Amino acid sequence: MALQDKDRIFTNLYGFQDFRLAGARKRGDWDNTKAILDLGRDAIIQQMKDSGLRGRGGAGFSAGLKWSFMPKKSDGRPHYLVVNADEGEPGTCKDRDIMRHDPHKLVEGCLIASFAIGANACYIYIRGEFAREAENLQTAIDEAYAAGLIGKNACGSGWDFDLYLHRGAGAYICGEETALIESLEGKKGQPRLKPPFPAGAGLYGCPTTVNNVETIAVAPTILRRGPAWFAGIGRQNNTGTKVFCISGHVNKPCNVEEEMGIPLKEIIERHAGGVRGGWDNLLAIIPGGSSVPVLPKAICDTVLMDFDSLRAQRSGLGTAAVIVMDKSTDIVKAIARLSKFYMHESCGQCTPCREGTGWMWRVMERMVRGDADIAEIDMLQEVTTQIDGHTICALGDAAAWPIQGLIRHFRPEMERRIAERRGLKQAAE
Amino acid sequence: MPKLTIDGQEIEVEAGITVLQACERAGVEIPRFCYHERLSIAGNCRMCLVEQEKAPKPIASCAMPVMEGMVIKTDTPLVKKARRGVMEFLLVNHPLDCPICDQGGECDLQDQAMAYGMDHGRYHENKRAVRDKYMGPLVKTIMTRCIHCTRCVRFATEVAGVEELGALGRGEHMEITTYLEKALASEVSANVIDLCPVGALTSRPYAFNARPWELRKTESVDVMDAVGAAIRVDTRGREVMRVLPRLNEDVNEEWISDKSRYACDGLKRQRLDRPYIRKDGKLVPASWGEALGAVAAKLKGTAPAKIAARVGDLADAESIFALKGLMASLGATNLECRQDGAHLPSASRGDYLFNTTIAGIEKADLCLIVGANPRWEAALVNTRLRKRYMMGGFKVAAIGPKLDLTYPVEMLGDGPSTLAAIADGSHPFAEKLKSAKVPMLILGMGALSRPDGAAVYALARKLGDACARDGWNGFNVLHTAASRVAALDLGFVPATQNPEAPEVVYLLGADELDLAKFGKAFVIYQGHHGDRGAHRADVILPGAAYTEKNGIYVNLEGRVQLGRLASTPPGEAREDWKIVRALSDALGKPLPFNTLEALRQKLVQAHPVFAPIGQVTPVASMPWSGSASAPSGGAFAYPIQNFYMTDPISRASATMAECTEAFVTGTAPMDANRGTGTHG
Repeated sequence: MALQDKDRIFTNLYGFQDFRLAGARKRGDWDNTKAILDLGRDAIIQQMKDSGLRGRGGAGFSAGLKWSFMPKKSDGRPHYLVVNADEGEPGTCKDRDIMRHDPHKLVEGCLIASFAIGANACYIYIRGEFAREAENLQTAIDEAYAAGLIGKNACGSGWDFDLYLHRGAGAYICGEETALIESLEGKKGQPRLKPPFPAGAGLYGCPTTVNNVETIAVAPTILRRGPAWFAGIGRQNNTGTKVFCISGHVNKPCNVEEEMGIPLKEIIERHAGGVRGGWDNLLAIIPGGSSVPVLPKAICDTVLMDFDSLRAQRSGLGTAAVIVMDKSTDIVKAIARLSKFYMHESCGQCTPCREGTGWMWRVMERMVRGDADIAEIDMLQEVTTQIDGHTICALGDAAAWPIQGLIRHFRPEMERRIAERRGLKQAAE
Repeated sequence: MPKLTIDGQEIEVEAGITVLQACERAGVEIPRFCYHERLSIAGNCRMCLVEQEKAPKPIASCAMPVMEGMVIKTDTPLVKKARRGVMEFLLVNHPLDCPICDQGGECDLQDQAMAYGMDHGRYHENKRAVRDKYMGPLVKTIMTRCIHCTRCVRFATEVAGVEELGALGRGEHMEITTYLEKALASEVSANVIDLCPVGALTSRPYAFNARPWELRKTESVDVMDAVGAAIRVDTRGREVMRVLPRLNEDVNEEWISDKSRYACDGLKRQRLDRPYIRKDGKLVPASWGEALGAVAAKLKGTAPAKIAARVGDLADAESIFALKGLMASLGATNLECRQDGAHLPSASRGDYLFNTTIAGIEKADLCLIVGANPRWEAALVNTRLRKRYMMGGFKVAAIGPKLDLTYPVEMLGDGPSTLAAIADGSHPFAEKLKSAKVPMLILGMGALSRPDGAAVYALARKLGDACARDGWNGFNVLHTAASRVAALDLGFVPATQNPEAPEVVYLLGADELDLAKFGKAFVIYQGHHGDRGAHRADVILPGAAYTEKNGIYVNLEGRVQLGRLASTPPGEAREDWKIVRALSDALGKPLPFNTLEALRQKLVQAHPVFAPIGQVTPVASMPWSGSASAPSGGAFAYPIQNFYMTDPISRASATMAECTEAFVTGTAPMDANRGTGTHG
């Protein structure tokens, strides 16, 4: 029951066709956008809610609901839409392909979403390393301006809309929505305290909605084909299609748009050419980008790829970046590498994350060598719980979860290493 | 008024406050490092986490606004664990150098580790080391101890108004720095030392000098400017080890200027510790009896019209009162307290006070500064002006040479001609002043201490009267001398317009005078430092500095405050009123008091404004009726050329000399003496 071609939203995900306006129009983009805008703000938001679209940036919060948090009437402050294109989650490369090959979907989505939240201006904060993507996206923006699709009286709807592309400078933390806003304002990218939430006081202190690229890019198609179509794909509360990024020890790593709730095994076998050396050679999979807990093969056999199924397995869909590891993987070392990443990317603002990520990495490095006590596994677990949920933003959680997953599923391997090293030591003495 | 439950206790609090503040109202202590009442909320230390019912995670109470029906718990296992966890994280990279840390005994981290921390560490990896940063001659840094609470950064940015502190790097490598390793160019920079909850920023001059528990603490007031900031003088034996700010919401909030804090090492140098008499052109030590006898003989043998008395900037009200009594008994009327020659009327209190009060600045919406540089003349008035600016809706304009006051100032012109144009309505600013709801005018000594000062005063006063609103007197004089308002209150001014050239001059700590103009007159200097006055003196009567006597000072608002004795005067030096009293005996005209209490009784009887301590009696705006000749001079010049050296104490201070080199003359390299803290 895989996704049929007719239900695909990103029909140029692989860049086989023209990414420019002419090509985009052939694929149905910008087709009577005015009619969508004519629905009015409330109807658009209602349809987005009806579609069941959950944010594609990782947290999975209802997009329609988020839009509805914006003040209905401006109190004099402008509203802003900010598109999070700072795709930095290790293993994730879906936004990149959307912006590179299908940028008009995003540009059109920006217009519709901005209209729905009452914003006349939208900023796309694109990851600094995405040089070509920024070029293509800028090309698309320029084309849209030239064609009168955005700008003054966008698409003839009477709505003035400006779209700006801002390039980041290379910090993972700037993908956190409030850090992104800070960075966009020209400050050091550090997450803000919530409340106030961006819908109350975001960019320049004005009501702001921050959405992921994919969330925005799917909106036009949802509104064009109707929320019922989108809601009819996938499972209850986990509707629609999703771009999955499959990487690691598979035969054909790829990005693929699939139905939500597809079994993990099926998506790997069908689209990624299967695990290197066959499914039985599988060790573990990180199902949603580096910050969600790893799953061992036993769970991977049956788990479905959607928010709720993965949460039930104490992992998460995250950005749907499936990182596959076969039996040749040193799993402890792999997770230790992630710990190093989070230590490197911690913004340093709040205590648990600043001090804890470094501590965890140092202990993890010893765990790789087995140079530790068994009791230190428990200590490491406790340190992760001291970070998890105690920080300003979710980076602390993201740093803790991979280790928690490791200890949950691979504790015997960690203990084995410690015992082995102790044995070697004793033999040496 | 939202109602919430804190640890089972229902409490109603005003809307808009935070959960942490609500907890404090309920009497529940919440540990914190980054939170500070006077700074913006950072919420980064995570020490103040509490449990909120129905919230999935513990919340940072310092940043969470109260909401109706909240149920907060601060004593649950979850909260205890969260605090222990944060405490542990703070300590993993904190050095174990408490025994050699100057913060020891007054360290938030130490205290809270005792209260909320674990009894052992579990961190066995290497600790982080951070290179120390140069922050000038006042602030010593041991950055390895930093816990990244960013209080200093927020203070520098928000209160001091110098965006020179910030954090570089991220994660573990985040470091607080002055970016270019420059000294912090602010008059209130050393307040970051008090704000720092750990020993990362400590006092450089006080380094390794004392432990807090060895010190005797005396609550007093500062005399380094006319603001009268509340201070605490910490002494060991009779040595003043340090001066710290005390809380006084009306005056200094909880800040003091660097001069108030650090000029105290000047109390140990250049002191007059015994009487001297000039013999054959040389000052030779004498006994009190000889010195008083010499003075009495000279005063007796001089016609009253030829006797003059001058009061210096640091004098206490009691000694001024006693000296005035002594001069009256001699019939001498050539008295003066305006050393700088300021043309300041003394008839009515409203003429020379900072009428809006310092706290009242927060109500104003427009401020015109005339011939004053509040940043140097009254640093804490300037921080209050900046605070008002930060609140928004506040415009500041100034007349005088270009200024950097840490907030935007519209420079209208540099001299009295601009002032005249505003006064006659021809300048566009006149309209703004008229339409402002709560305007204020600050008139500085730079506009008054000049030959045409009286004319400038009349003009400015006219504008000041135009700043009057219902119940609001917007006219302010910005004094620079701590003794000035008290002396004017006591009427220490000449009785006649053109007194005769004096033959005997009595200087009560007066050093900022042009002494040459006294010619060959016999000069008696009563004071505590061997400064300009003492060099010129024929007799020196050694007195007490402000930390060495109980004295009344009246600040620029007219607030009567008590300075308290923290240590004793050195050697044979005595409290100043006692010297005057003893001299009155030597003259055979004893003053009618034998104790400080009796003196104060007489003082309050004669001048009832001295009765209410610590308060300001508002003076209603009274239209100025004085004459107004046209001012003749050019641009105003600000009275203070060097913020760090304005009086005998700060001129004797080595620390202030260093500051002068670093910030004023620029002769000391700004990034000198960098070290790691363990560099030898």
